[in-house]
Formats: sequence, structure tokens, C-alpha cells
Amino acid sequence: MTTPATKADVDRSARPAGDNRRKILEATMKRFQYQGDALIEVLHKAQELYGFLSPELLNEVAERLRLPPSRVYGVATFYHFFSLAPQGEHSCTVCLGTACYVRGAALLLRELEALSGVKAGHTSADGHFSLLTARCIGACGIAPAAVLDGEVIGHADRSDLTARIRALLGREE
Amino acid sequence: MDLHELEAIAEREQTQRVRLRILCCAAAGCQASGSLELKRRLETVLTAAGRLAEVDVIPVGCMGLCGHGPLVRLEPSGEMFERVTPADAEEIVAALDGGSCQVPRCDRNHPFFTRQLPIVLRHCGQINPERIEDYIAAGGYRTLYHVIHEMTPSEVINAITRSGLRGRGGAGYPTGLKWATVAKSPGERKFVICNADEGDPGAFMDRSVLESDPHLVLEGMAIAAYAVGAEQGFIYVRGEYPLAIDRLQKAIVQARRLGLLGAQIFESGFNFRTDIRVGAGAFVCGEETALIASIEGRRGQPRPRPPYPAESGLWGMPTLINNVETFANITAILEKGPEWFASIGTEKSKGTKVFALTGKIRNTGLIEVPMGITLREIVTEIGGGTPDGTPVKAVQTGGPSGGCIPASLFDTPVDYESLAAVGSIMGSGGMVVMDEHTNMVDVARFYMEFCKDESCGKCIPCRVGTVQLFNMLTRLRNGQGSGNDLIEIEALCELMRETSLCGLGQSAPNPVLSTLHYFRHEYERLIGAEVEHGS
Repeated sequence: MTTPATKADVDRSARPAGDNRRKILEATMKRFQYQGDALIEVLHKAQELYGFLSPELLNEVAERLRLPPSRVYGVATFYHFFSLAPQGEHSCTVCLGTACYVRGAALLLRELEALSGVKAGHTSADGHFSLLTARCIGACGIAPAAVLDGEVIGHADRSDLTARIRALLGREE
Repeated sequence: MDLHELEAIAEREQTQRVRLRILCCAAAGCQASGSLELKRRLETVLTAAGRLAEVDVIPVGCMGLCGHGPLVRLEPSGEMFERVTPADAEEIVAALDGGSCQVPRCDRNHPFFTRQLPIVLRHCGQINPERIEDYIAAGGYRTLYHVIHEMTPSEVINAITRSGLRGRGGAGYPTGLKWATVAKSPGERKFVICNADEGDPGAFMDRSVLESDPHLVLEGMAIAAYAVGAEQGFIYVRGEYPLAIDRLQKAIVQARRLGLLGAQIFESGFNFRTDIRVGAGAFVCGEETALIASIEGRRGQPRPRPPYPAESGLWGMPTLINNVETFANITAILEKGPEWFASIGTEKSKGTKVFALTGKIRNTGLIEVPMGITLREIVTEIGGGTPDGTPVKAVQTGGPSGGCIPASLFDTPVDYESLAAVGSIMGSGGMVVMDEHTNMVDVARFYMEFCKDESCGKCIPCRVGTVQLFNMLTRLRNGQGSGNDLIEIEALCELMRETSLCGLGQSAPNPVLSTLHYFRHEYERLIGAEVEHGS
């Protein structure tokens, strides 16, 4: 799921004054009494706040929790959920669980790759759109399923998913 | 909180309950089909008609038939509607008074409903999962009271042992035996962990239970903690399940506020607090030692057993790990008695099993059936066969650790031993139906790709073996295989089974071996043959 950071992404992740994300992260670590055991919880919070885990952020967490940076980096790269690079402004995740697979999720993914020009697991060069895949989002009852900007879309093969992505990308029919 | 106060809450709920109720599914599947918008629309229609005081619209958990959502049920009539859109709201309200309604109705006499036996799912689709009062009104937390005040820990363990309950995470280890081991293991602290890291693709039983009836799981955990002598619990939930996490969090706060979790529960000396740990997307964390490593904030890599977590688990302390569904069975067993539970199912597999029935099947959804039911009954009667009538080819159980069972063996009863005998496993409850158009070599390759990506990399047989198998299957599929490949694949599968460190590597060959066994002709057809791509 890692993609190279673009300049646009870096600009977007930098917020002006009044940024209290550091404070919130600090409060989370304090709540866990700066215990190393809480590393995954802290990384969850950090990613929720910043969108991705930058090297600086990982170093800071390591320092505050008094853990070697290698351990923090090791954990951050082990779990699929953590992203070490920024994601696009918009994202579409196609579920590739078994039920979705049997109901044609692979075809749907290929169609979306062709439509967006973005390969699965990558972000467009302008940082506008990420096309991602998931192991299983547990929405097997409405397979094939996809998640567009946080909204779960069931029976995605016969929904208006492609039209919505086309609109997001500013493409005409 | 004492028993009187608990009953007072239940009574207040009963008396305040209005006669007419519209139950609207608000589980993740139906939410994705637009059930929240439908609920808002129903409320708007009722407000406009000035009937909001006499009709309640209640968000409930999973009603089972997820593929036909959003689902709505009326009370007291029991009528159930499927594929309800917000535009149908007026007609649904009219149907309350027996008015005409063209919205498609679910046939409640269909085997999908009549063949089920809900124990774990008994409150699903009946109560509002976000209100503890609903759970208490349905009899909730009474069992915990009786356990704390009237039973000794060993009596509780004894009852669970006699019930014959086996772990519902897939391996089927006797639950009572596990509890007894943790109870007698020495340790200054003990822990109870609920494994809700439902990583098997194609499975959503645990998600549905947590979204529909979180208190049932919490009560089961508290009883387990009392029995084994633990004061702290963790629920390890997949990060992919935000709604389940949210409802669980609310449930914990509500229970704590009423003194049903936390210190001195029911004014006794028993304390039990429980916290949520959110998984970060690693299939291997379903393995118990990997899960423990993850709760400890480390990479989710398994370690050799013994020692088993029952003796040395979280932070080296005796730890009980059970699956969501196992905990969800506990209150019913203690309420109705172990003999009642043992009377359901087969000789060695007692009770019921929840399955997520998916794939090429008409009635996709969540079902709970007695052990011993045949695959044919599940696929043909409950599931209604394939949507377009194409013959069913196989059913896959147990996900990446399981196997594909061909239609010719559909008279196999669903129990731990019988499924193992035909080369699959019970697993956690994913059941994916495949029709004649499904290419079984592709299915094997799909699972191997999954295992290759999910291998934690600690032991060589799994880390290297999954990659090799995946490459061989890819070559085969592309028509570049040779006659030797099948022999090599089988040898490698055997090696991985025998030498991998944990269940992931040991069982990763299962989908390959079972398809090779039952659908060998599909492999042979590919050897040296041209194949069409993208079929």
C-alpha cells in the first residue's frame, strides 16, 4: 500500500497554526503512561491524525515511548493498516475477499485500474486518487464490495461506482 | 446494581414499549445498502402523520439475509420486507395498519428462516445493540448475577465442560478444558482475551455478533473471567470493522456505568475490566501467540507452543483466549443448562454453528444451524442454490486454512470431525459457494496469494513455501506447467504441513491439496495446455 510521497501531498499534510495534532497524540501516549506496549494504539492514533506515518513521526513516537526506532519501524511496516506514505485526496478500496473474488472483484479492479490509470496499491502522480485493495471488509453479503472515501458500496459491479469515480477524476463519459 | 435494580430496568423497558414497532437493520451490510437513510425517512413519514409517539423505529442488528438488504420487520405482525428503499417508507408505515404495500416481503416460512436454530444470534435483529436496556430487557446480565452469587468458579467450569462446547474459532478445542487449565495455572494475574480478529476472507460472523449484540459477548467474557480468576480482559478486533468497534466501545461504557463491568460487579468482590485493542491488518494475528504479541505492541509473529497461553500468555501470565462466538454461547449454556446444550448437535460436536453463507448463492447472509446438518441442506435448502440455477460445484469452508468440498460430498454432516475427514476444516464459519464456472486452480492460487502476503516471515517453510507454491500455480495457470509440477506441488505442501511453525503455514496447503484431490482434472488439463486469460 505504500506509494512515494509527492510535493502536493507534503504540502497538504502541513497545516497552519492552531495545529493541535501533536497535543492529541501526546495525550494518547500519556493515557497509556508512555508504555511501549501501547505502540500499536499510538500508531493508530498518529495515522488517524496525520493520514500516514512519516519517518519524523515514527522517530518521535520511538523517543516518547523510549523504544528503539527499529522496533517502531518494524511494527509500522509489519501491519497492512499502517501507511508510510500519504494517500490520495480520494481513495477507492476494492475488497478482494473470497466472496467478492467469486463474484468478480478482480474484474472490477481491472476495470477501475483502466479507468483511473492508477495501478492497485498506488496513488496518481498528482496525489488526487488512490486505488487500494482490502483483504476482506466483512461485507460479503453484498459482494462485490468497495469503499469509496469511507462509504461502503455493495454490489459494486452493478452500482454507479465507475460513474462516481469518473466524476471524481473529472472525466467525461 | 443488584438483581432488583436489574429487573426494574427490564420491567421499565417492557412497560414503556409501544405496541407498534418498525425494526430496521442497522448492521454494516444493510447500512451499506442505505438502511440509515431509510430509517430517517421512516421517522419523517411518522412525524408528518403525527404518529411518532405510537410507533417506534428501532435500529437493530443483523437479520440474516444480508444479500437482500436493507431489511425491515414490523412488530407485532412479524412481517418482514426486503430490499426496502427510502421511497418505500410510506408504504411500510401503511403496512403497520394492514394497508396495501407492494414492497417485496420475505417469506418467513422459507427454510432460510425455519431451518435455523438461533442461540448465539438469538437477539440479533431483535434488540437495539446500542442500548444496554434492550439487552437487559431481553434477560441480559441475569446469568452473570447468578454465576457470581450462586456458583463457584469450578462449578461454572464444570458446566461448560459438560455442555461439550468446543472453540468456535476453528480448531475446536474443548472450551471447558481450556478454562480449567487457565484456572489451575499459577500466576499473580490472569487475562481473558476475546479473539475478534476475523481475518478469514469471506467470513463475517464475529463482525455481525459484535455489531448486533455486543453485551452478549461482554457477559460471556465476564463469566469466563470469574471462572478462571482473571480481572482484566482484552477484545482484539480487526481495524477493518469500525462499526463493531464503535458499538463495543459504547457497550463497555454503558456496562461500566451500571456496575456490570469494572470494580465490585453486582456488589460482590469480583472485578473485571475489559479494553479494546484494534488490530492493524495482519491475518496471522488470529493465531493466539501472534495475537498476544500484537496486544503487547509488537510485530504479530507466533512463537512455538508449548508453553500454551493457558500457562504463559499475555506478559507471561496465564491467559484464556476464546473466539467471539465461543463467548456468545456461554450465557445460554448456563441459563438453560449444559444438558440442554449437549442435546443439540452430534456426538462430538455440540450446539450450533454460525456461518457466513456467501459466494454464488441466492440467499447470502448469516445463518446459525445445529451441528450435524448436511452441507446439502445448507446450500440447497437454506441457501436456495445458485442465483441463476447454474449447478453448484463446491463449497469452501475454513478460508485459507480450509478446503473445497465437491458437490458429490454434500451429504457430509457439518461437524469438526466429518469436515476434517473430507480434507477441509470447520474453520471460523466462512462458507463460500462456488458454481460450475469457478476455476478451482484459480481458487487455489487465490488462497496461496493470500497466504504468501500474510505469512509473517518468521519460519522458512511458510515464508518460502507459500511463494514457491504461488509461483508454481501461476505457471500452471498460464499453461507453462509440466507433468512434474503436480508431484512437486504435493511434496512441497507436505513439507509445509509438517515443518511450519504455526497454523498459518501448516494449513496454507489445504486449499491446494483439496482442489488437487477433488478437481485434479482441472490441473491436468492445464499442463502443457494453452489457457484463456481473464476467464
